Amino acid sequence: MDILLSQLFAGLSLGSVLLLAALGLALTFGQMGVINMAHGEFMMAGAYTAFVVQGVIGSAGISLLVALPLGFVVGGLLGLLLEATLIHRMYHRPLDTLLVTWGVALVLQQVARDVFGAPNVDVTAPEWLSGAVTIGDVTLPKTRLFILTVAIVCVATLSIALKATPLGRRIRAVVQNRDLAETSGVSSRGTDRLTFFIGSGLAGIAGVALTLLGSIGPTLGTSYIVDAFLVVVAGGIGQIKGTVIAATALGLMQAFFEYSTTASVAKVLVFVVIVAFLQVRPQGLVTVRTRSLV
Amino acid sequence: MTGMTDRLHTLLAPGRTRALAGFALAAVLLFAVAPVLLSPFRLSLLAKFLCLAMVAVGIGLAWGRGGLLTLGQGVYFGLGAYLMAMHLKLADAGPGGVPDFMSLYGTGEVPWWWEPMRSPAATVLLIVLVPAALAGLLGWAVFTRRVRGAYFAILSQALAAAFAILLIGQQQTTGGTNGLNGFRAFFGYDLTDPVNQRMLYLIAAGVLLLMVLVARQLMVSRFGELLVAVRDAEDRVRFLGYNPAAVKTVAYVVAAVMAAVGGALFVPIVGIISPADVGVVPSIGFLVGVAIGGRATLLGPVLGSIAVSWAQTSISEQFPSGWIYFQGALFIVVIAFLPGGLASLVRRRRRRDSAASPPAPELEERPA
Amino acid sequence: MTDLPTTTEPAAIEPEPDTTGPAAEALLGTDTSRFRHDYLEVRGLRVTFGGFVAVRDVDLTVTQGDLRFLIGPNGAGKTTLIDAITGLVGATGSARFGGTELLGRGTHRIARDGVGRTFQTASVFEELTVLQNLDIAAGARRGPSTLLRRRRGTPEAVEQALELVGLGALRDTTAGVLAHGQKQWLEIGMLLVQDAHLMLLDEPVAGMTQAEREATGELLRRIGSQRVVVVVEHDMEFLRSYADSVTVMHQGRVLAEGTVAEVQNDPAVVEVYLGATHTDDEEA
Repeated sequence: MDILLSQLFAGLSLGSVLLLAALGLALTFGQMGVINMAHGEFMMAGAYTAFVVQGVIGSAGISLLVALPLGFVVGGLLGLLLEATLIHRMYHRPLDTLLVTWGVALVLQQVARDVFGAPNVDVTAPEWLSGAVTIGDVTLPKTRLFILTVAIVCVATLSIALKATPLGRRIRAVVQNRDLAETSGVSSRGTDRLTFFIGSGLAGIAGVALTLLGSIGPTLGTSYIVDAFLVVVAGGIGQIKGTVIAATALGLMQAFFEYSTTASVAKVLVFVVIVAFLQVRPQGLVTVRTRSLV
Repeated sequence: MTGMTDRLHTLLAPGRTRALAGFALAAVLLFAVAPVLLSPFRLSLLAKFLCLAMVAVGIGLAWGRGGLLTLGQGVYFGLGAYLMAMHLKLADAGPGGVPDFMSLYGTGEVPWWWEPMRSPAATVLLIVLVPAALAGLLGWAVFTRRVRGAYFAILSQALAAAFAILLIGQQQTTGGTNGLNGFRAFFGYDLTDPVNQRMLYLIAAGVLLLMVLVARQLMVSRFGELLVAVRDAEDRVRFLGYNPAAVKTVAYVVAAVMAAVGGALFVPIVGIISPADVGVVPSIGFLVGVAIGGRATLLGPVLGSIAVSWAQTSISEQFPSGWIYFQGALFIVVIAFLPGGLASLVRRRRRRDSAASPPAPELEERPA
Repeated sequence: MTDLPTTTEPAAIEPEPDTTGPAAEALLGTDTSRFRHDYLEVRGLRVTFGGFVAVRDVDLTVTQGDLRFLIGPNGAGKTTLIDAITGLVGATGSARFGGTELLGRGTHRIARDGVGRTFQTASVFEELTVLQNLDIAAGARRGPSTLLRRRRGTPEAVEQALELVGLGALRDTTAGVLAHGQKQWLEIGMLLVQDAHLMLLDEPVAGMTQAEREATGELLRRIGSQRVVVVVEHDMEFLRSYADSVTVMHQGRVLAEGTVAEVQNDPAVVEVYLGATHTDDEEA
């Protein structure tokens, strides 16, 4: 029972990390059909933001709270820059965008290596996140609970923003039917930029949160990006709901497979499950039905 | 009447003579010029590049012609390489012997799935069959369910990630991060002997040329036309009574087998295969040469791939971190601003030169 | 043949379907014995998207030699009906052609049973030549050994289709540079070489000039005498000239069916549809 509970928590915790990594990706992918391979490097930028902020402020307790919004801004600005310089030229070639952003990712990694050095660095977790909450025999580290909370807050904020604000309505309109939205007077240019800012900003937040789990390095993004993409594929595009469910399911699967086999075999099993799942739902979990052929 | 004219036309078509001339030139360069001019070290380096170019030929077919953005060719490259490496390890250990690293890290017993690789014939067969089966199974599964575009790209990438992680995790049987290395002989021939190294180079050159011929036949055949049709309007093809999944699966399997053969030859030439050669990063890395050369052309991927490998070696020698910037910049510049690759520049120029007499219609490369 | 106004720059010659020449005879054929009893029979067909019923219990029978037009306001379910018959969207009920149930089968299998369609936006392989387009359309039954060889010569059916749809002179032209009308003719040519005996044409004359429309109408009439043809069309002028019979759809149902005159005088049709056709006429 306790093992079940602790695996459940491990799965949820992993799921929340995946969710943070995938949330912004789902937004930008859903919006433009663009796979942004540099999303992982935006996370890395967020993580290094936390590192720099801590260096400047010193106090771990405050620096985390400063780093979260700052990471959002740093990630968002990087995304905005990428959208404005490269991605918007390549709308009609989404697959090529994937490769171009991969190039950007390589460059950003090397920049990090040259600026911060190749070895990993550590960001000290604040005092108030040290230790764990114990329920029965199960111990839940506070850092992981905090990440879970951050993920929930991000999802909640994003869904409210998408539902209730004019910007959110514009985003949803463009996601569901770009041409129609454009002919109805929604400026897709402006909407694209904002979406990219928010999506990339979320990557920054994810990066800051990841500093709580261990040391960070230039390749931080690469280790999360593939899983984050799998979440988006399995979840389907167009709605946050799919991403949330898929991230949770993937996290839980990974945790339980890992428990019964090994971490590496678990990865392969998760992949097999996803391919099998796509046999049933090729468009992912949640889809926005459109009439278009392609 | 028309049949004869057509045949005459194809025989005399500029495309065909050019291709023949190019092929002959490549054969002379590879078999006669390079072995004379290059030092044994450089020749063996070139042999390595040729192995990587084999992967590129397959990617050109699947991605350039078929629109299948496969980000996981490292898996098939790795399968071929590891199967070959397993055979070499077992052969080095002698009949019934145990490869050195297994006694070091593992139980000292050879696992059952290593056993078939004791036989050279079985190894060669499996190097083709295993990747073909995996690509066939995965391709058929995802293509019949119309998983395509970015979704397929992501799945293929995830496959590469899972494969590398699996290799790392099973250190007792795969050598883990170190991979497999320290081979002494290749089918009985001593690998330290320069004559045998030269032989390996010649084998690699011959195999590559053969693959280019196969790719050319596939591209000019009706299948090649169909593949382009599937790339550009999959649903339309379906409404004509074809199953596009079958067309795509064939292209994907061919690409996988080419990658696997490249991997298998890579092992004796380079002397090591490790997860670092097959994971997500090297898998995408294969694409940059293909993109630079011209993804939908026949020779573009080969030449691009060799040029990139060469650039990587020489730049890394001088500026270790420079190569990463350079590779990143290549991805950005070529894909964003020159999607047809350098081949499109050549073609544009040729078109200007022969503006008076318009060339015979040929397949245009196009970003997929 | 009348001179047509030049519609695009790249095509040097303005061809036009030749519906009377020997090619027409050969391709449109007199070998009707095999297909004499072919007819499309749709019963209780229903398509739902989520909760929305796009096509509601449609019955439709179209026989050979009866050039059937399918009309209705936007959103009436015409294209969705074709999508269902060709396997693009799932549906319940029944759609039989030549005694074979089409629903529930894969799109490419339905196509191999002799069902062909065109799309609202002309859908040809833009990077391939006219000849390659037709050759692919003719080849769904080719075996691997044929596929893996280079195309030599031109299959007879392709040659005939080229002549019939008037694209013979443009055989080596890349389809992407064809004029809009030429693309649509190419699509019809592809259906012919595909050996489709049930042809579902989605707005085949949209965007065509008057002369092109007439040529297309004549072509359809000839094709229709040997095959089962259903045409979705908004152009009332075109319909009045060439339709043998008309089915009117509205909100996913069949509203009326009959000859052009019968349908035009049907009060229900007048109420929901023909009121809007005046504007259609003006546009046309």
